[in-house]
Amino acid sequence: MMGAAALYYRRRAVNGVYLTLSIAATLIGLLVLFLILWTLTANGLAALSTKLFTEMTPPPGARGGLANAIYGSVVMTAVATLVGTPIGVLTGTYLAEFGAGSRVAPVVRFVNDILLSAPSIIIGLFVYELLVVPMGKFSAWAGSAALAIIVIPVVVRTTEDMLRLVPGSLREAAIALGTPQWKVIVMVIYRAAVQGMLTGVMLAVARIAGETAPLLFTALNNQFWSVNMGAPMANLPVVIFQFALSPYADWQTLAWGGALLITVTILLLNILARFLASWSNRTP
Amino acid sequence: MASTLTVASPRRTDRQHLQDALFRGATRAFAIGVLVLLGGIVLSLVVGATAAFGTFGWGFLTSVAWNPVKDDFGALPAIYGTLVTSLIAMLIGIPLAIGIAVFLTELCPPPLRRPIGTLIELLAAIPSIIYGIWGLFVLAPFLQLHVQPFLIDTLGEVPVIGPLFDGPPLGLGILTAGIILGVMVLPFIAAVTRDVFLTVPSMLRESAYGVGATTSEVISRIVLPYTRAGVIGAIMLGLGRALGETMAVTFVIGNAHHIRVSLLAPGTTISATLANEFSEAVGRLYPSSLFALGAILFVITFVVLAAAKLLLLRLEKQGTR
Repeated sequence: MMGAAALYYRRRAVNGVYLTLSIAATLIGLLVLFLILWTLTANGLAALSTKLFTEMTPPPGARGGLANAIYGSVVMTAVATLVGTPIGVLTGTYLAEFGAGSRVAPVVRFVNDILLSAPSIIIGLFVYELLVVPMGKFSAWAGSAALAIIVIPVVVRTTEDMLRLVPGSLREAAIALGTPQWKVIVMVIYRAAVQGMLTGVMLAVARIAGETAPLLFTALNNQFWSVNMGAPMANLPVVIFQFALSPYADWQTLAWGGALLITVTILLLNILARFLASWSNRTP
Repeated sequence: MASTLTVASPRRTDRQHLQDALFRGATRAFAIGVLVLLGGIVLSLVVGATAAFGTFGWGFLTSVAWNPVKDDFGALPAIYGTLVTSLIAMLIGIPLAIGIAVFLTELCPPPLRRPIGTLIELLAAIPSIIYGIWGLFVLAPFLQLHVQPFLIDTLGEVPVIGPLFDGPPLGLGILTAGIILGVMVLPFIAAVTRDVFLTVPSMLRESAYGVGATTSEVISRIVLPYTRAGVIGAIMLGLGRALGETMAVTFVIGNAHHIRVSLLAPGTTISATLANEFSEAVGRLYPSSLFALGAILFVITFVVLAAAKLLLLRLEKQGTR
């Protein structure tokens, strides 16, 4: 027989174990984050110099920089964002503003959520079949297309969520003034939700800035400076992949430098996006 | 609907109707474009994989061959590696993620909730390739020197599960890939689980505390039963990520096309095989076999993600009821 006191202590002990484990889990998560950031900083700082931004990726055994890869990453990310964002915004607008009662909208929403988590290497295969095979060569256009396909679902999702947050009274007020619906959406609703939508775009940029898998067989890589969008183009993730796995110390150092560069950019974008989102929620 | 109230001339009303219809049509066209995109992906995989499935038939799924010289390919080692690494990832990621979600919803002092939640979410923002380079240069040597010898000496001697921890400590292999994947999916599962936990009506929670339940009892008897579908959805979402994760795995799995019982041995996954070999695959059957692997991966992740989505949708409906 178990006394009331024994039961009490047992329950308290179980509770203590539960809570200790959950605190331990959180500490492990945070520890891994700091370990990764610490390793990146320790190894990456050694590679940071002005040469990193001015010199080309070197052949094995030589010193050099990542200028061509940085340029390639920036250009392909920019093109992908410019192409993907309008498509994502319009799709998100349909889901939020015209989706009610439509039979297409739930299906689109469902498919979009699948695309959001689909393996990015599959996107690479798709773009390879769609663009690389017909063009007969790897190209920066193909790389940008693959990244744009990853941008779309992110922007669709945030646009829909943000438009839904706009109060209905704002819509009704604009409609009551006799404003056509498209003007209500473009000039009133978008304006009210612009910070949130911008957050979505920034998160999308952060997502594609480090994407490697879809570029492996679309943009490929290029050891030299190239601004030709129709030809293979160097980009940071693929260079990091190639250099980190190489046996050359100089290449590995450059890989760490590139890794630090990408991670800092992405974390800053994420923090900035969150800041923007919380700020826009505070001043509706 | 607005135009019936305006005092504008009929012609202007007509123009506005037209503009509205055009805008609506444009948004609808792009929305349907998303469906076409998915259709295009499926179609490209089917077209690419036709030659491989045509040559090997269903035997492709069960063959362990991978010989580019003899043009003989099979998917089993890659499928096995994909499933086993994801299983290890789930064993590590689920308890940690649920622990974090419990901490964030029940224990954490309110002012710290957002900062800690954000830090955990930042784990999800770090790109796959960074996990890969970290796994290769930091985690793998650490496991090789400190953890794997210990596993071989202890668990490796235990009957039944012993063979799982057999062989030399290489650092790279299935187990290392699984651990990295576990860390990578953790933030996704934790974030969704936390949101799902927050949907529990505070009345239920407060009533339980009111009758004297401890925090652990509130979690295991009120929160988890109420949110079961959502938590499973979150887990499936994490599983979908783990199955398709590419770069981190490519760095640490060792890339060997065989099936070994030992978790310490190198292996491969579908995505790692694609990342390593696709741009160098020549001929007709070799690239097509890689497309076939991609198609298999797509089917597996599609089923898992669709199930996750349906479970989460069910919880959403329950919440609004």
